[in-house]
Amino acid sequence: MLNQLTISELTAKLTKREVSAREATQACLDQIARVDGKIHAFISYNAADALAQADAADKLIFSGAKNSLLGVPIAIKDVLAVKNQPLNCASKILGNFTSTYDATAIEKLKAAGAIVFGRLNMDEFAMGSSTENSAFGLTRNPWDVTRIPGGSSGGSAAAVAADECIASLGTDTGGSIRQPAALCGCVGLKPTYGRISRYGLVAFASSLDQIGPFTKDVRDSAILLGAMSGVDPRDSTSVPEPVPNYSAALDGNIRGMKIGLPKEYMIGGLHAEVKAAVDAAVKQYEKLGAEIVEISLPHTDYAVATYYIIATAEASANLARFDGIRYGARVEGNDPIELYSKTRGAGFGAEVKRRIILGTYVLSSGYHDAYYLHAQKVRTLIRNDFLKAFEKVDAIVTPTTPTAAFKAGEKSGDPLQMYLSDIFTISCNLAGICGISIPCGFTKNPKLPIGLQLLGKPFGEETLLKIAHAYEQATGWHKEKPVI
Amino acid sequence: MASAEIDVKYVAHLARLALTPDEEKQLGAQLGSILGYIEKLRELDVTGVEPTAHAVPMVNVTRADEIRESLSHEDALRNAPRQANGLFIVPKVVE
Repeated sequence: MLNQLTISELTAKLTKREVSAREATQACLDQIARVDGKIHAFISYNAADALAQADAADKLIFSGAKNSLLGVPIAIKDVLAVKNQPLNCASKILGNFTSTYDATAIEKLKAAGAIVFGRLNMDEFAMGSSTENSAFGLTRNPWDVTRIPGGSSGGSAAAVAADECIASLGTDTGGSIRQPAALCGCVGLKPTYGRISRYGLVAFASSLDQIGPFTKDVRDSAILLGAMSGVDPRDSTSVPEPVPNYSAALDGNIRGMKIGLPKEYMIGGLHAEVKAAVDAAVKQYEKLGAEIVEISLPHTDYAVATYYIIATAEASANLARFDGIRYGARVEGNDPIELYSKTRGAGFGAEVKRRIILGTYVLSSGYHDAYYLHAQKVRTLIRNDFLKAFEKVDAIVTPTTPTAAFKAGEKSGDPLQMYLSDIFTISCNLAGICGISIPCGFTKNPKLPIGLQLLGKPFGEETLLKIAHAYEQATGWHKEKPVI
Repeated sequence: MASAEIDVKYVAHLARLALTPDEEKQLGAQLGSILGYIEKLRELDVTGVEPTAHAVPMVNVTRADEIRESLSHEDALRNAPRQANGLFIVPKVVE
């Protein structure tokens, strides 16, 4: 089954001409036809275009080209611009929008030879933790279709877990890559803020958003990170740090490395089976020769509140551009203000409206200093916690989520409970560091994936991936597949 | 940080967001509980702490002031809900 292969497995077969890019792409399309009626990871996809890209890749392979992702089908979250493909952010407000250019990350994937196809479902404008906030219907967890896949990149996680593509892209503002990766049992990497250009990524919270890969193993995450990283003149927040050969660092040798265990993450709401899996992973790290060090991140308890001020404030400003004038859907009005209000009232879903109102409120006259500026100062304390911890340790280990995947509808009526499901992933974005979720076991009944989160220093992806890879290769949880 | 009830109608006007009366009522209740939760930040003394706007602040990022390729007129209008004569059509702004 070619659609089940990893990037490194597929490229090896393509290079040896054992298989063609067309066969690999067709295998993904066949799997979509077989399972996506149940999973609904894709909002849309263009099979003919994917196959045309595959044929072009096969020609290049035949002529001896060696681009690193040549012929690899990669599916994309509906928040990234791919030229001449639809872009909706899973919202009604964009109408029949078609991208006029490629995001930098997409341009880089294409330059490396990837087959860029499909629009993956998500929470509207990446706001949510369950993919229930999509205007295009629910995505289901491949391990149990009565459960959510996580969010906001739920389609990206489900498509990889269900082998509907070889890898996918998502975005992470408060956990939107790591949380769905954990709940669907794949690898999800959130790079350091500034590592990958955000040009062509529709902004939710500009100081927190990062693009990252969903993959079937850690090596593939290293490959995609390397392909997409680097400074970009079109994104003034991208950082001119050198891009190392991430795959070369994956040697399994982590002897003597120090891994921090934050005592603040062992909270009451942590499910017993999740705790047991994380405890076992910590023991595994000791077996691999790492030293486990207890650390403290004292401001952990304030992260969710800080996040929901900063992220909503930035969102309220970023989403002002959706006003029905230059693109997307429009509801006419007698004057511009009526047109804007009606267009936005009809076009945005409930969660997006909630966050725009909250964000507008915390920025409004009389409240700005009390909420927004105060939160930015707490953000400094949270970042300092991590920088201090990283003086002593090479990485930090935590659960990715407090529980395994919850049932569809279980938390959708209570926004605060939904926000609290991101409690372990949010700090990473506020601190601007990197993080990864890797599979570390399953609950017993029903069998649902559990994710292990590793957090690394700013621009410390090389070490982070090395530590993640060593555990993965010693355990093999990532090889388990859902029955769909 | 006062535990103020949000005046949803007023904030929705600032945000140029039309809400139904039901939405206003529901948002008021939900935002009340979210703001209640956010109040916990009050516990922290942040005297003398510098605010963080960006984790990796980059300053004075500029490029040479030279003409480059950009979106064509046609592409810029490609997704417009209403257009004519190469322009976006909007409601009357001045009397």
